[in-house]
Amino acid sequence: MSEALLEVSHLVTEFDTDEGVVRAIDDVSFAALAGETLGIVGESGCGKSVTALSIMRLLPQPMGKITDGEVLFKGRDLTQLPLTEMQKIRGADISMVFQEPMTALNPVHTIGRQITEVLLLHRNYTAQEAIQEAVKILDRVGIPSPDIRMGEYPHQLSGGMRQRVVIAIALACNPSLLIADEPTTALDVTIQAQILELIKELQSDLGMSVILITHDLGVIAETCDHVVVMYAGKVVEKGSVYDLFDNPAHPYTRGLLASIPRLDTIPKAKLSVIDGMVPGLLDLPQGCRFENRCPHSQPSCTHASPLIEQVSTSHEVSCFRWQDL
Amino acid sequence: MSESLLKVRDLKMHFPVKEGIFLRASKFNKAVDGVSLDIAPGETLGLVGESGCGKSTLGRCITRLYQPTAGSIEFRDQDITHLGSNALKPQRQHIQMIFQDPMESLNSRHTVGDIIQEPLIVQNIGDRASRAKRVLELLNIVGLPARSVTRYPFEFSGGQRQRIGIARALALNPKLVICDEPVSALDVSIQSQILNLLIELQQEFNLSYLFIAHDLAVVKHISDRIAIMYLGKIVESGRSEEIYRNAQHPYTQSLIAAIPVPDPHRKVQRQIISGDVPSPIAPPSGCTFHPRCPSAMSRCSQDIPHLDSPMTDKSHLVSCHLMD
Ligand SMILES: Nc1ncnc2c1ncn2[C@@H]1O[C@H](COP(=O)(O)OP(=O)(O)OP(=O)(O)O)[C@@H](O)[C@H]1O
Ligand SMILES: Nc1ncnc2c1ncn2[C@@H]1O[C@H](COP(=O)(O)OP(=O)(O)OP(=O)(O)O)[C@@H](O)[C@H]1O
Ligand code: SF4
Ligand code: SF4
Ligand SMILES: [Mg+2]
Ligand SMILES: [Mg+2]
Repeated sequence: MSEALLEVSHLVTEFDTDEGVVRAIDDVSFAALAGETLGIVGESGCGKSVTALSIMRLLPQPMGKITDGEVLFKGRDLTQLPLTEMQKIRGADISMVFQEPMTALNPVHTIGRQITEVLLLHRNYTAQEAIQEAVKILDRVGIPSPDIRMGEYPHQLSGGMRQRVVIAIALACNPSLLIADEPTTALDVTIQAQILELIKELQSDLGMSVILITHDLGVIAETCDHVVVMYAGKVVEKGSVYDLFDNPAHPYTRGLLASIPRLDTIPKAKLSVIDGMVPGLLDLPQGCRFENRCPHSQPSCTHASPLIEQVSTSHEVSCFRWQDL
Repeated sequence: MSESLLKVRDLKMHFPVKEGIFLRASKFNKAVDGVSLDIAPGETLGLVGESGCGKSTLGRCITRLYQPTAGSIEFRDQDITHLGSNALKPQRQHIQMIFQDPMESLNSRHTVGDIIQEPLIVQNIGDRASRAKRVLELLNIVGLPARSVTRYPFEFSGGQRQRIGIARALALNPKLVICDEPVSALDVSIQSQILNLLIELQQEFNLSYLFIAHDLAVVKHISDRIAIMYLGKIVESGRSEEIYRNAQHPYTQSLIAAIPVPDPHRKVQRQIISGDVPSPIAPPSGCTFHPRCPSAMSRCSQDIPHLDSPMTDKSHLVSCHLMD
């Protein structure tokens, strides 16, 4: 197995809000291996984006801060780096594609300017070289007539093209880690397939690691090597993509897998559902956070939080009852 | 099909595109360009296609939110295409719409009770007391607690808000509900709750749905028949099973091939169509799919193909020169 490029351990991130301090992610640990794709799945609001923003040190300021844990990247703890050091890593070594492409692009600057800016910031290019390189990168992400597109503005491009430009910018400096937060949620299936294929291709060409955040389990199954499942700010299960799909150990993961309509489910048959709602961050239960929705809960589940246990060498789960299920 | 609840014939919706200093419409956005379809009582027709191909516009024409440029809409054996608002009123209560983004379609300053009874007030149905009773009934049908009546939309989760929208759409006992991407914005776990609810309601009230979505697994689950739209036109339609098992149009085939399958053992090398959707303002000549079609022939850029029934299953319609 390849070695860890990024190791997140016991990470805790909190926000100051009007109603008090909320702990958006609590004791989150996982590793992204070199050259692999790690998927993060979980219900809306479970802390996927906050995890990514914490790694990048891009939490909204001054409300958000990392209060515990470490993020080891190539042996350095990113949570302790001075901001100037972190800025050098961002965009060059670690890049991020945000949930909404339009927010990542500046509407009043041309596509060309936005890519060359990144190149000039991190590389010793002359302006001329940066332009040539930018055209090459646009071509690589499949933008037709890249030299013409260089002079255009974001609103002149379709949604799929914009997302490819955002990816082009993220890839401009050949990062060793790409964090993609729902890169295809806003796109339709054919464009989604193009973007995922593109990320895969670039990954094998450049040997980069990818962290892919999504709630689409189909996308996870197709692109990921390992998967982290989050629920209400905690990691509840992690393992290889085969562990998760063939042998899900956590009741939440099982519920998720059972609820998706597949091409081979009987038409109009009742889909299974996970009843109830995620507890709010301000009134989290003492015990297991999934307890109020869990079909297997028992009284002891409400007393303490289950710890992470080993199912196999590649597979971990946080549930008191995984062995009974 | 013996009887149709809805019969759409050669429907067109061309939006004028204003250009230049005189703002004269010199070009048209042919968002819907000659669509025909039928929906039987109790039936679901799924409508899929890429973003911008005209799905919502078609839905809005059928509910007469838009006045179509040409063609006809027949609902319960009455041509409603050109009815004025008074004449339309008795029919309109039978056609309702559920929108993609519940937050956008629900007025956030009104209570849930007011939102749900609004269609009853517009149609002058019942008095205060009977409307209040109907609201409670509807909340019960969609599985929301009675105390929701006095609360506001922002106090609910995405899935619950979508239920509020469904309750409002059902207030007038409609026959046909246009569901415009009702689950696209929702989480998987909430999505299946809403799909179950829609299917239950259909069985209970014999509702018909036009179900618009771009998730083909979802569409297949809920639809009896499916129509695939590309740049304002239907390019293939047929029974749901038939479409998935025996798709003929290259665009449909590429859509089905692009569905990510939630099974890591089936990591397939997909055939992906390249290029973006062309503009409906200047659609390509001939078959509008030809610049992206892996099977395009020379005649495809000149001759416009027409919907035909080339298969043994005569309800399966395809519009492609490969069928000749
Ligand atoms: N600036 C903030 N202030 C207070 N709370 C916040 C802030 N940003 C995020 N949160 C909270 O942190 C939790 C995790 O949010 P996050 O954006 O990580 O969810 P997510 O898993 O990415 O969800 P989605 O799938 O909807 O994108 C949420 O409960 C959210 O309300
Ligand atoms: N009111 C309007 N005025 C002018 N053009 C419009 C109007 N509504 C839609 N259009 C145009 O009609 C075309 C079809 O849009 P429509 O919203 O029907 O697409 P859609 O298939 O629903 O896409 P999506 O999947 O993104 O919702 C687009 O080019 C759109 O810009
Ligand atoms: S710990 Fe208990 S409540 Fe939590 S997931 Fe396991 S069985 Fe369910
Ligand atoms: S008519 Fe030609 S271009 Fe159009 S879908 Fe058929 S083969 Fe492709
Ligand atoms: Mg997020
Ligand atoms: Mg639409």
